Amino acid sequence: MSAPTASVTTEPERRPEPAGRRRRGGLTDADGRRVPVWALVVRYLLLLVVLVLTVGPFVWQLSTSLKGSHEDIFSSPPKFLPSHPTLHNYTRVADTIPVWDYAWNSVKVAAANVVTNCVGSALAGYALARMRFKGRKAVSLVFVLAMLVPVEGLIIAQFTTMRELGLNNTLIGVLLPGAISSLNVLLMRNAFLSLPAEVEEAAFMDGANVWQRFLRIALPSVKGTLAVVAIFAFMGSWDDFLWPLIVLSDPSKFTLTIGLNYLHGTFANDERLVAAGTIIAVAPLIALFACLQRYFFSGVGEGAVKG
Amino acid sequence: MSSSTAPGAIGAETRGRTDGPVPRGERPAGRRAGRRIGRNKWFSPWLFAAPGLLVVCAFSLYPFLSTVYNSFTDRRTLIPGHWVGFANYRELWHDDAFWTGLRNSALYVVVVVPALVVLPLLLAMLVQRRIPGIGFFRAAFYTPVVASIVVVGLIWVWLLDDRGLINSLLEALGAGKVNFLGDQWLLLFCAMAVTIWKGLGYYMIVYLAALANVPQELHEAAAMDGAGAIRRFVSVTMPAVRSTMVLVAALSSVAAFKVFSEVYLIAGPNGGPAGEDTTLVMLVERTGTGLSGRVGYASALSVVIFVVVVVLMLLVLRADRKEDA
Repeated sequence: MSAPTASVTTEPERRPEPAGRRRRGGLTDADGRRVPVWALVVRYLLLLVVLVLTVGPFVWQLSTSLKGSHEDIFSSPPKFLPSHPTLHNYTRVADTIPVWDYAWNSVKVAAANVVTNCVGSALAGYALARMRFKGRKAVSLVFVLAMLVPVEGLIIAQFTTMRELGLNNTLIGVLLPGAISSLNVLLMRNAFLSLPAEVEEAAFMDGANVWQRFLRIALPSVKGTLAVVAIFAFMGSWDDFLWPLIVLSDPSKFTLTIGLNYLHGTFANDERLVAAGTIIAVAPLIALFACLQRYFFSGVGEGAVKG
Repeated sequence: MSSSTAPGAIGAETRGRTDGPVPRGERPAGRRAGRRIGRNKWFSPWLFAAPGLLVVCAFSLYPFLSTVYNSFTDRRTLIPGHWVGFANYRELWHDDAFWTGLRNSALYVVVVVPALVVLPLLLAMLVQRRIPGIGFFRAAFYTPVVASIVVVGLIWVWLLDDRGLINSLLEALGAGKVNFLGDQWLLLFCAMAVTIWKGLGYYMIVYLAALANVPQELHEAAAMDGAGAIRRFVSVTMPAVRSTMVLVAALSSVAAFKVFSEVYLIAGPNGGPAGEDTTLVMLVERTGTGLSGRVGYASALSVVIFVVVVVLMLLVLRADRKEDA
């Protein structure tokens, strides 16, 4: 079962189908296959069950964060809707910990991480895919090996390295180890490799130098993979917990994840506050994901992301 | 690995190189052009690769080598330390905390991996058919992956709390309360459940990509021949996604062995009652960091983690090859 034959046989036949057959209505799915009503009902029921299991906890957290301090959040049976919804808890979080500063720290690190990963892995990926030079195989090997080494085993050495560089307890120190991940370099390399070489050869004949070929021709053709790299870089950085926990010791420098853990440790008695804090942390991500999910899922579907 | 691989994934490289730039009999010309394009100024490829190489060498390869070296020293955070040979490893052997950590991390693999190999596949088959609204469900099922692990941990601590949602539901149903966050084993299994819950969506996507490559005609042909849904699953779907299952097993077993955040957040920084829920990475974090951190000892622990991870990968990949042959 090899990939080329599979994609050759499925792709051309599946694509035209949806547009043609979907309109015929009711009981065929988007691929044009007939679906019995009972199967459809069972499918939607199962989907709803999984929906409750996966999204329910977030909704419950949102509901808790909107409940006022006079409302019993421990009632049994549980009350799913706040009787008097209030945003009071959100202002109280900000009074308790500098949550907006923490969020801003996270934004700074995540934005820098996106830029460094996109630029660095596009450059290195292009060199590996499109340039011939002595040592190219060795460089590829370095990236592959680095990808295989588990980060969790490196944290102590990274911690001492950061101390030696004097970058402990700084946001730069949080950023650096993941600034250009080798997985992203290899993703970009594969994206560049899948471009046909002829276009670049033509540009070369027309006198375009390597920067022009890279910026004008190659880079615009791999936007999809670049978007995936950007999303992964943002989420990875925004979510990172272990490394910032180790490198940051000064509460004023905390990122949002570390700050939330701190909030939990300090004020575990008021779940409304913790809930409001977690919603502040997760809402931007869900919004971002909701906006980008179309690109995201298509990028994944192309097989651009594996592992 | 290849059945799920559309163009662009690892392995596409060879395809691109052999048949990509060679259109109908123009091989010599194409090749010459390729070679001329390849002849850059000697420094420009290095200029392109430099930032990535620098970061990867400084923060992956150098730390790896220094971890191995440090594991043979008694280095502490503020004290350089001396060569002590295998003393750290001997101490590990007699350290109860190490065996507790190894037990918990191994148990994590044993429980989490089968669940993450099977459940996301079922989920992927559930969301595979493009019925109305399926995009919403796919995105919604992915939300736990998107949410950061700290948020997920805090949400579940609240759900599992003595007076939290799950217990009040249990009470309302007439069942008794369960002290999820007080018992050593329940704590660990709750952390595992959270890991599975958070991983479902991620591996669902991996399987969706694999399922998209299963030729539809095979299904239809099998259906014509009278094969039922289960038969079609076993004879058509399973063989097609088998290599993806191996990939998922490899990825999830390595991830499960290195678990930190879930257990740290649910069992607390000290790893539950009497530290009985500590995992290996938690132990590394606890012994190796801070101003009095035992860098040498924690490095020896890290080396053990490296070795186990490599062995896990080899085992899984070998299982793959055996079935191929």
